Amino acid sequence: MPSLGSIRRSFAPWNDAAAKPYIAFENVTKKFGDFTAVDKLSLAIYEREFFALLGASGCGKSTLLRMLAGFEEPSAGRILLDGQDLAGIPPYRRPVNMMFQSYALFPHMTVEQNIAFGLKQDRMPKAEIAERVASMLKLVRLGEFARRKPHQLSGGQRQRVALARSLAKRPKVLLLDEPLGALDKKLREETQFELMDLQHELGLTFIVVTHDQEEAMTMADRIAIMDKGEVMQVATPADIYEAPATRFVADFVGTVNLFEGKVADMSGDAGRILGADGFGLRVDNLAGAKNGARAWFAVRPEKIAISAVKPADEGLNAIEGEVWDIAYLGDMTIYHVRLEDGRIVRTSSVNSRRASDEQLTWHDRAWISFRPDAGIVLTR
Amino acid sequence: MTPASSPTSENRALRRLSSLVAGRLVIAIPYAWLLVLFLVPFFIVFKISLSETAIAMPPYSPAFSFIHGIAGLWAEVKKLGFDNYVWLTQDNLYLFSYLSSVKIAAISTLLTLVFGYPIAYGIARAPSTLRATLLMMVILPFWTSFLIRVYAWIGILKPEGLLNQLLLWLHVIHEPLIILNTSKAVYIGIVYSYLPFMVLPLYSTLEKMDHTLIEAAEDLGCTPVSAFWKITFRLSLPGIVAGCLLVFIPAVGEFVIPDLLGGSHTLMIGKTLWNEFFENRDWPVASAVAIILLLILVVPIVYFQQAQARAEEAGR
Amino acid sequence: MNGRKWSRFNIVSVTLGFAFLYLPIVLLVIYSFNASRLVTVWAGFSTKWYVALLTDTAMQNAAWVTLRVALISASVATVLGTMAAIALVRYTRFRGRLLFSAMIYAPLVMPDVIIGLSLLLLFVAVGLDRGFFTIVLAHITFSMCFVAVVVQSRLLTFDRSLEEAAMDLGAPPVKTFFLITLPIIMPAVVSGWMLAFTLSLDDLVVASFASGPGATTLPMKIYSQVRLGVTPEINAVCTILIAIVTTGVVIASIVNKRREVRRLRDEQAARRG
Repeated sequence: MPSLGSIRRSFAPWNDAAAKPYIAFENVTKKFGDFTAVDKLSLAIYEREFFALLGASGCGKSTLLRMLAGFEEPSAGRILLDGQDLAGIPPYRRPVNMMFQSYALFPHMTVEQNIAFGLKQDRMPKAEIAERVASMLKLVRLGEFARRKPHQLSGGQRQRVALARSLAKRPKVLLLDEPLGALDKKLREETQFELMDLQHELGLTFIVVTHDQEEAMTMADRIAIMDKGEVMQVATPADIYEAPATRFVADFVGTVNLFEGKVADMSGDAGRILGADGFGLRVDNLAGAKNGARAWFAVRPEKIAISAVKPADEGLNAIEGEVWDIAYLGDMTIYHVRLEDGRIVRTSSVNSRRASDEQLTWHDRAWISFRPDAGIVLTR
Repeated sequence: MTPASSPTSENRALRRLSSLVAGRLVIAIPYAWLLVLFLVPFFIVFKISLSETAIAMPPYSPAFSFIHGIAGLWAEVKKLGFDNYVWLTQDNLYLFSYLSSVKIAAISTLLTLVFGYPIAYGIARAPSTLRATLLMMVILPFWTSFLIRVYAWIGILKPEGLLNQLLLWLHVIHEPLIILNTSKAVYIGIVYSYLPFMVLPLYSTLEKMDHTLIEAAEDLGCTPVSAFWKITFRLSLPGIVAGCLLVFIPAVGEFVIPDLLGGSHTLMIGKTLWNEFFENRDWPVASAVAIILLLILVVPIVYFQQAQARAEEAGR
Repeated sequence: MNGRKWSRFNIVSVTLGFAFLYLPIVLLVIYSFNASRLVTVWAGFSTKWYVALLTDTAMQNAAWVTLRVALISASVATVLGTMAAIALVRYTRFRGRLLFSAMIYAPLVMPDVIIGLSLLLLFVAVGLDRGFFTIVLAHITFSMCFVAVVVQSRLLTFDRSLEEAAMDLGAPPVKTFFLITLPIIMPAVVSGWMLAFTLSLDDLVVASFASGPGATTLPMKIYSQVRLGVTPEINAVCTILIAIVTTGVVIASIVNKRREVRRLRDEQAARRG
């Protein structure tokens, strides 16, 4: 598979057939009464990986994390950590630690005592505890707050205490349940990079649960998209975005325009997708599709150009429409273009110059155009 | 390796066992305590209510004894009778006690509601800085002895007491009012003693209420008075029900208030039971009185429990 | 209620309500300093009734019995009530749960005469000598239910992820309870204890049934004297009791309020950075 997106990765054990998964979910099912939270799910996560579980609330991602931590037992299937079946091992004996969404800082203990809590449970000698706590405090830059109680800290400081506490025991795996959910936007962006650096520095395996796709895209080596207790796709952020496996994934991550039609005129990987209105889109990547099959061509808004006149290049797909809505966002402008049949196509263009020479406005006639390889053909 | 001998399933079994033991104990100890000291005694009361009075210590002859085995037991059962209950229906004293207890409790519950509502409403609308203090002031008398608070009224309500002194001095009346040792004093005593029980649940529903609801109603054309009835009053109904039950149920069986303030003419069942027990030393009749009182209260108590369970569910 | 106006009607009803609640107690306290034996005729200030109490050994004995009963029964009731609250909140399904919750809520409203009579008959049936010990048993039985309700309402709002975090960090369940849960719910447990203590201190009816010739509690002693009429000496005893309880409650609430204020200030400071 060609490398998609702009990042070249050297760390990719999932492409290495010889690599052994560090954590393996094997056909795991979890039922709460009649409700199936996780449905025959299998997943492999590798050592030192930063892995994200991304999905809407109620998709089963938190249940998955809680089963790994030991707060829930699977109804069926097994979970392996470094080859060992975790069944029956209570949370207090598992070599994983969790950072809770609410942080769950013990309100009656100081920052120091919170961080030392796990170490005390292991009966670590006092001197060692003090040393470890000091180094954790330094790691999260909270040295001067050691004697404070949680309620005397700001949101960002609490988040870092929670992180330090869950890292203090040097767990094999750190589980993070919506770790940045309670922070405001600016702090969240800063912290994302801090978490990545920390993970890299400590060489740990991180599994993060989030509903924020930007957060998952930023931090994770790989993302698992979950829906209704099932994994829809596991891939790198670039693959998820550029090569989604299904319409659900394409639509869930980012914005997408879907052109529905039937596959026709296949020659090699190239061919056409014929819409109901008879309009044919030239597409380049029909591998695996069959003539006459139903298919969707998924194109991201930023890969569609908009212009007042028809582009000269005959190799492009070009469709005429009317400018329906314009949203100026500063760094980019989003256009909604209404086609003849009433469909709305979204495009976005980066405002790389301060003044644009193309002054499109509401109800102008406009052409949208994109290359045959700008999108991906989906059959599901 | 068979599943039974694998270390993980052993672990699982051990963990189940230890958490099961801890969980069981947390339930079992208070459960056993309440079974033995709360539930079982009711059956004993019932049993004794079926036995005969005897002049002895204890002053009843047991209705069952297990020394004679099954045959003996059967012989005993045949001797059992509802004589005490028949006795209760024959003597008007008991019927009147029951009726007047329910009547006094009902009227004083209503009075408590009428007095309590404006207080709860006033506190709920007080500035938030003041509310906690006001609430504490409502609770404070509840912490001081019930007996003392009832006793305090004797000195006030007596014919030569402080209330009459004041009214005579103000020339409102020319003869002292006779309040003490009448049912009026009992009403005052119940309203006074149980007021916090009414105000607290009322306050907690009123406090939670969103004032913009009233504004919305007035915006839509309600007068303040009808907005109060249609919105505030309706939404505070759960608090009203809880408050009324908290006052009514114990008031029916109240002993101290009718005894100290009601005099000999005010009949209430709690007092009758007390007298039957301590003065006539007729334990079986006292037990029968208790059983009937319990039967009267079963419906409101069950209703109260369901309201509590609903509140508990809502809080979960 | 937000966006409120504290109307004149509200102020008047609250003021009148408090006058009604407090005037009788205030009068009782004032007349405990009356020089006259006639309680309702003011004859000048005097503390002689308090002095008289110093030599009233019967009253002092009763006070001592009451204090011991209250201390022991409140402490046991707090343990049992806390366990019951945990059972109610944490174990939503077990056999007989309905009966259990019924037995917790029923004593809250059950008339004292019924509780007293039924316990007395139990003690007689099992041949237990009535006295100090039986009063303690009786008081534990009804006050544990009040403790259970107080602790239960705190547990319902308890953030379970704190316990999960402790277990995640290596603390087994029982240890988690003592290191995390109990310290956090402690204020509720303490107010449960205080409630149980005052309930025991107050109780006349149940104690009268449950006690024997050997043990007389203060309420029983006060009651037997009150039946003979209002005396300044009783007023003095009552005043002392009121003073003790009021001081306790006021101190407790000031401590609470201080803690709350400090907490708010800390939180504001933390938000500023």
